[in-house]
Amino acid sequence: MSYFSCFPQVWVLDANTRKHLCYLDKVEPYSTVGDIKSLFHKSYPHWYPARQALKLDPKGKVLRDDEILQNLPVGTVATMYFKDLGPQLGWTTVFLAEYIGPLLTYLLFYFRVPYTYSHSYVLTSSPHPAVTRACVCHSFHYMKRLMETIFVHRFSHGTMPLRKIVRNCAYYWGFSAWLAYYINHPLYTPPSYGELQVNCAIVVFVICELGNFSIHLTLNDLRGDGARCKSYPVPTRNPFTWLFLFVSCPNYTYEVGAWVSFSVMTQSLPVVFYTILGFVQMSIWAKGKHKAYGREFKDYPRLRMSIIPLIL
Amino acid sequence: VSASSTSSSKTGSRAKLNIYCKIDRKCARWLVIAVGLVRAYIARGSYHGLYYSIEKPLKFFQTGALLEILHCAVGIVPSSVVLTGFQVMSRVFLTWAVTHSVREVQSEDSVLLFVTAWTVTEIIRYSFYTFSLLNHLPFLIKWARYTFFFVLYPMGVTGELLTIYASLPFIQKTGLYSVTLPNKYNFSFDYYTFLILVMLSYIPIFPQLYFHMIRQRKKVLGHIEDYSKVE
Repeated sequence: MSYFSCFPQVWVLDANTRKHLCYLDKVEPYSTVGDIKSLFHKSYPHWYPARQALKLDPKGKVLRDDEILQNLPVGTVATMYFKDLGPQLGWTTVFLAEYIGPLLTYLLFYFRVPYTYSHSYVLTSSPHPAVTRACVCHSFHYMKRLMETIFVHRFSHGTMPLRKIVRNCAYYWGFSAWLAYYINHPLYTPPSYGELQVNCAIVVFVICELGNFSIHLTLNDLRGDGARCKSYPVPTRNPFTWLFLFVSCPNYTYEVGAWVSFSVMTQSLPVVFYTILGFVQMSIWAKGKHKAYGREFKDYPRLRMSIIPLIL
Repeated sequence: VSASSTSSSKTGSRAKLNIYCKIDRKCARWLVIAVGLVRAYIARGSYHGLYYSIEKPLKFFQTGALLEILHCAVGIVPSSVVLTGFQVMSRVFLTWAVTHSVREVQSEDSVLLFVTAWTVTEIIRYSFYTFSLLNHLPFLIKWARYTFFFVLYPMGVTGELLTIYASLPFIQKTGLYSVTLPNKYNFSFDYYTFLILVMLSYIPIFPQLYFHMIRQRKKVLGHIEDYSKVE
């Protein structure tokens, strides 16, 4: 075999039209799919690597960035099919966009800026202490999320397509506006059991927020610098992490707890709907994560459920 | 033929027989409604107020159609869960939440319009499923299923929209199914606005369903046309 035939060549075709888009010759055999994407990007500057999906078969699975060309089932001439995933945004940008909305829209209703309620109530404030406390809790919740996005979370490669982000933002922003409308309404009815109900709910809320934060820190430490975790999360000295004894995703458990306590605090049906929807979505995510842990770690504790101890 | 394949084909055909009976019954029910309509028309000599003659069977069968979503989900019936679910939900909504709830609307001609459209559609559709399961599908039924919708869909949608529109003034006057502030659970719901939103939702949704059926038609009947060209 001559020296030159050791270097694979790569053809990149469009997955839909089969048009020849790019020819790369003398590609290093140990280069990854990610390297090929970078090379492709040079020929087509507007298709940055995060936007590219490369496959070996037009209808097949998308190749991961870390796959090595040498290990793929191709000969000396590799044919890859390209699909444009559309504009992408990094995870940090995504979360910032999603969380800034609820924070601000709620405050718009709390301060009753013009056009939120009828003209006679413009820039008034509610006489009920429950309303002010609810505002503090809600704002704290989203400020905490924003801080975590900036300082705590370490996101994997990932990006998200623009369309999905628009849909997610509509969900977050829309729901928080709907909740805020009722809680800060001039005709708001405070909780039936008064101060007792509100204060108990606040205590539970704070516990859940602290718990959620502790779990995020723990998961963060676990990740270290690598993308893949070496072991599954376990309880630490922090009592909030002891929930790991019972569930795989205690961060979601605490999150649901926070929203349940917020529902009790405000005694508002729209908040209950939002809590239920959030619970359903987080249960789906938790179940997925739980299954993934079980598959990856053979000695995964059997007592653990995905989101609700002993139940789900 | 191995033992395992015969046992699996036995359970497969048992399930098929079960579904065949269910679909056959559904077909018969819609025929009941159709016959009821025709008889009442002959008896009264006009088509006004025919709703009352088929009110009970319509409610019963339409609500029973909720089972059909389950059949789609399990995969026994070859239809998409989302599309069927959507269609059944909208029909149950029209039957109970609009026509039944607002008495004044029941004598409207628009009610007859959508009931007729639904009846004809369902008879053809269930015959189609029945014959498909028996693996003996007459071309006429297949053709009818994928052609009649050109008229029946718009007819049904017009009837539905006109009925909802007719119910609006009564709902606004009586505040039906509406909740206002203040109340203990800090929630409000305006059924009038909700119905207007439902009517508006027909604008994006109806074309999608209509073009979906047109595409299905090309796929199913298109082969026949090619065949005849070859010959």
